[in-house]
Amino acid sequence: MIGLQQIYIFAGLVFAGFAVLSAGDASNAKRWGNAGFWGLLALSMLAGDRLGDLGNGVLVLAMVAIAGLGGVGRGAQVDDSAKRKARAAAHGNRLLLLALVIPVTALIGSFVFKAVPQLVDPKQVTLVSLALGVLLALGAGLVWLRESPLVPLQQGRRLMDALGWAALLPQMLASLGAVFLVAGLGQAVGGVMAGVIPDGSRLAAVVAYGLGMALFTMVMGNAFAAFPVMMAAIGLPLLIQHYHGDPAVIAAVGMLAGFCGTLMTPMAANFNIVPAALLELKDRNAVVKAQIGTALPLLAFNIGLIAWAAFP
Amino acid sequence: MTLWPLIGIAVMVAGFVLRFNPLLVVLAAAMATGLAAGMDLLAVIAAFGKAFNETRYVSVIWIVLPVIGLMEAHGLQERARTMVAGLKGATLPRLLIAYLLLRQITAALGLTSVAGQAQTVRPLLAPMALAAAAPKDDDEADKVKAMAAATDNVGLFFGEDIFIAIGSILLMKGFLEQQGIVLAPFELSVWAIPTAVAAFAIHALRLRWFGRGAGA
Repeated sequence: MIGLQQIYIFAGLVFAGFAVLSAGDASNAKRWGNAGFWGLLALSMLAGDRLGDLGNGVLVLAMVAIAGLGGVGRGAQVDDSAKRKARAAAHGNRLLLLALVIPVTALIGSFVFKAVPQLVDPKQVTLVSLALGVLLALGAGLVWLRESPLVPLQQGRRLMDALGWAALLPQMLASLGAVFLVAGLGQAVGGVMAGVIPDGSRLAAVVAYGLGMALFTMVMGNAFAAFPVMMAAIGLPLLIQHYHGDPAVIAAVGMLAGFCGTLMTPMAANFNIVPAALLELKDRNAVVKAQIGTALPLLAFNIGLIAWAAFP
Repeated sequence: MTLWPLIGIAVMVAGFVLRFNPLLVVLAAAMATGLAAGMDLLAVIAAFGKAFNETRYVSVIWIVLPVIGLMEAHGLQERARTMVAGLKGATLPRLLIAYLLLRQITAALGLTSVAGQAQTVRPLLAPMALAAAAPKDDDEADKVKAMAAATDNVGLFFGEDIFIAIGSILLMKGFLEQQGIVLAPFELSVWAIPTAVAAFAIHALRLRWFGRGAGA
């Protein structure tokens, strides 16, 4: 059965390729740092299950040490825009078709793979479809564009070096969330939040619930981590049990209030920081700033919706 | 209940404000939280290592980079720009509003990974938005690109919860069930619709204002 194991091996080989090519980039003064960083990520993908918990912890320490000491950088930028323009004109809109291979494979895969649970792990349909889309697009691209397989790996390495440490931040934050849970951070925050609500005011409880969901999501970078905490601290004991609110509205809209928080925090790195790196924006927080104007009115809407619809 | 683990949040905020490397900040916050909760150093490192190993799927997304890089070397961004420049009436607000709607609808059907920051925003949407906006300088171009990324996020977040088998719906159902409240996923997902409509209205309005400012 195709599942996470095969995906991790594939990803590990790609990162190992990035590491080797990084080491060979003489224009990058920090090439050994880059090679070490991507090499350790490759090791984690290929052999993480055999390293043990402490071994994986040491691996993370090493990666953070490389990045934290400024050991990850990028090489000289070659300006090939004239060549790109000429190629774009020659290829025409077929290039856009090639760009659709990954999304279309994801689309078809999400239907087809669910029907064959003996072939593909049903829980990993998304990642398997993504990997298959990558392989199909690479195959089609290499044949049509007549390039050697080293070209996509080299171009991918260039993009990876441009992302630098930001590429690892989402996984680091996900791991931090797990440590926060083990340490009981949620209960501490929930306790503080529940303590500030004035007695007897239903509206104040709703506002505290909605704001708390958004704020705690901003701290954790993830509404999934905030939901159980705020629900246990305010949603369940006050809104549902004490004021007899509709649990469906309180849960569903509360989660969406959390999503408004996701739009406003650098902690949600994969949505907010990584795109800034991918798009080569000067301001690391430019995407967050672009989102605040949507997130705040929408948060107010969500709080209003709970106050109005949960208590008929 | 002890309040000591809250020190992790303080480390986090201080680290970001003082602009230390974010990876360093995250690790320091994890260490501080774990130690404050009474774990010993090696146990915290092991707990972080275990979590890191279990969340490797998060970093798998970067396997798309070779494909994106290959297409970009052959002029994908330039082609996307040319196409939008050739469309009559393709203003920045219209382009981004159409993308927002498409992203919300596909996410609501459970197709959350057909688009994304690496798969579609960088190679396609951002260059298209730049072609439609024709920004005066780099600062304005950065604002247009940031708004393209923001539009993808808004569309995803406020579409996906309408789909009944998405992670957040299952999390809510599971949590409520443990408390003895049994709900069908549909009863939860239907309450994502009003917010989805409001998100579209608010963001589309902002995109129209933004378009005026960006010279489109």
